Amino acid sequence: MPPEDATAPPRTLFEKVWERHVVARDAAGNELLFIDRHLAHEGSFHAFAKLAERDLPVARPDLTLLIADHYAPTRGRGAPIADPEVARVIDQLGENAARFGLSLIGLSDPRQGIVHVVGPELGFTLPGLTVVCGDSHTSTHGAFGAVAFGIGASEVAHVLATQTLWQRRPLAKRVRFSGRPDAGVGAKDLVLAMIAQIGADGGTGAALEYAGPTVEALSMAGRMTLCNLAIECGARFGLIAPDRTTFDWVAGRPLAPEGAMLERALADWRALASDPGAAFAEEIAVSVEGLAPMVTWGTSPEQAAPVTGRVPDPAELPTAAKRDAAAQALAYMDLAPGQPLEGLAMDRVFIGSCTNARLEDLREAAEVFRGRTAQVPTLISPGSSAVKRAAEAEGLDRVFRTAGVEWAESGCSMCVGMNGDLVPPGARCASTANRNFPGRQGPGSRTHLMSPRMAALAAVTGALGRPEESAR
Amino acid sequence: MTVGPQPFAALEAPACVLDRANLDTDQIVPARFLRKPRSAPDGYAPFLFRDLEGLPPGARPAEGAPAARILLTGPNFGCGSSREGAVYALVDAGVRAVVAESFGDIFRANAARNGLLCVRLSAAQVAALMRSVTASPQARLRIDLPEQTVAAPGVAPMRFEIESFSKQLLVAGQDEIGFTLARAAEIAAFAAQAEAERPWLVPPPERLRTAP
Ligand code: SF4
Repeated sequence: MPPEDATAPPRTLFEKVWERHVVARDAAGNELLFIDRHLAHEGSFHAFAKLAERDLPVARPDLTLLIADHYAPTRGRGAPIADPEVARVIDQLGENAARFGLSLIGLSDPRQGIVHVVGPELGFTLPGLTVVCGDSHTSTHGAFGAVAFGIGASEVAHVLATQTLWQRRPLAKRVRFSGRPDAGVGAKDLVLAMIAQIGADGGTGAALEYAGPTVEALSMAGRMTLCNLAIECGARFGLIAPDRTTFDWVAGRPLAPEGAMLERALADWRALASDPGAAFAEEIAVSVEGLAPMVTWGTSPEQAAPVTGRVPDPAELPTAAKRDAAAQALAYMDLAPGQPLEGLAMDRVFIGSCTNARLEDLREAAEVFRGRTAQVPTLISPGSSAVKRAAEAEGLDRVFRTAGVEWAESGCSMCVGMNGDLVPPGARCASTANRNFPGRQGPGSRTHLMSPRMAALAAVTGALGRPEESAR
Repeated sequence: MTVGPQPFAALEAPACVLDRANLDTDQIVPARFLRKPRSAPDGYAPFLFRDLEGLPPGARPAEGAPAARILLTGPNFGCGSSREGAVYALVDAGVRAVVAESFGDIFRANAARNGLLCVRLSAAQVAALMRSVTASPQARLRIDLPEQTVAAPGVAPMRFEIESFSKQLLVAGQDEIGFTLARAAEIAAFAAQAEAERPWLVPPPERLRTAP
């Protein structure tokens, strides 16, 4: 399809969405960007305090949605929260909603869940929008062809006060995935392989557009997993051109346009894909042909390897920085150079987070759990309360419970441990989340990131499993 | 401790070397402290690097000893979570500048809005500064933000690059809310036009408020 204006230079998806949101530009090239959607969680209290200090109202209360997730209790929902500080931050979210006239999805709301799962689920997230949240995994929403990025508390306050942000436009880079993944290899494996290839700072300062037939073949759940992890290579933005898969997924969501307005929207969204010949600052190729399921062995998401591989010998790594980082990681993780990954014993399993706790992820895990028993304490926290209900309607909860797995309420849970769901010091946890940083799941915790399928396999065998088994 | 950012001009201060790569914001401030209000007298200072072991002297504010005001550290500092608490902890502990080869993008944006300068230099330049400080720990580094230079004993002054916007915020010791609010009418007009062209830009208010 030729571009609308035949004389206009071809543009990338990122440029198209970005440019239509530029309100103003200063002499130094900084751009004032209009923000279409703002999601906020309990951590927003710092930003609301800044607003209150200056006695400022919220400029556009109709474009912000508050959701309780980071501190949400996953057990005993409805009972008073034992930790007074946790109870306080959750109460504060409600108080700020009331004070500033904002929509709130609190703990008892049937729509409650993790911001990055709920936003898309409700159709709050749509193609072509700018979406921000005080959470670095806001890149998730880029799966819909949105310019979505995480911001800090000062920027949250700025959005609340003005519905805009001053930004410098990042460079758009394209990551082309090629190859058909083997059975049992999914979006999580693809993106861990990419991060291992380009490094934890390989995307810093850039917006990554994921493209290629491998990406086009992914479901929305898989695409969200891919975009979710963009920040783990330093990219504040990850995005994918909206297509049939996107449109079919979006249509019918409670906040999505309907009828004639949907038709108009679809026509607009179809034109968002990068034009042929659009220039990217860099083209990165990632081949996933023959890729085995990936697991992390270290304390940075770039420290990942196929489960069929071994823990590397730091001495063999290319740079001094990587050698030092690997040596520190091995000490923290209590691993030896050259140790095989397969068979590494796990003490805990966590299936949850905005990365991998959508219905599809739970189905994948249930396939492994069916007829088997978890050998180590395993916690599943669905990505949203809606995902939880859908899983229960399919009987997945019975599969999990029969396997001895704890089936909990939705929230960030053991991804970050703010609600008290922690991994004990020294314990090794197979996790479907997105960060394996030291102490992320609690002081001294040791996190291995992997797909829901591999995490379920770790649960039923008590160790990192064989890829053949994961493909079962 | 809810003071606004201090304007940044020239800084002459001792430095601390924390030579580790990928110090993410979870390590700068563990998540369990983020529920704390910043209003305590020492703010977020007590949470800085709380779970890190084997820290060099001066990295964490010890009782009695003033914290180093400049931190020299490894690449990709402040990667990970967007928590501004990481910046609060550094600032509240008296750190005014961090020097590294690279930074997490969100961390850097947060820092500029809170009076914390992120100085990006090449790996070789950071290493030279680290050597200088290790050789004479009492020596003071000099960072001149208007001139964009860093100088240390025995090291030729180095120039660093910084986005004009961050520099402006740091020099003024302000965030940009007041400045942007002056454009409120322009923003409203922009939004009205976009929403007329693409009415789905505003979610249906009644459906947003309550569960179906
Ligand atoms: S699940 Fe984890 S990564 Fe996702 S929003 Fe919650 S804390 Fe952040």
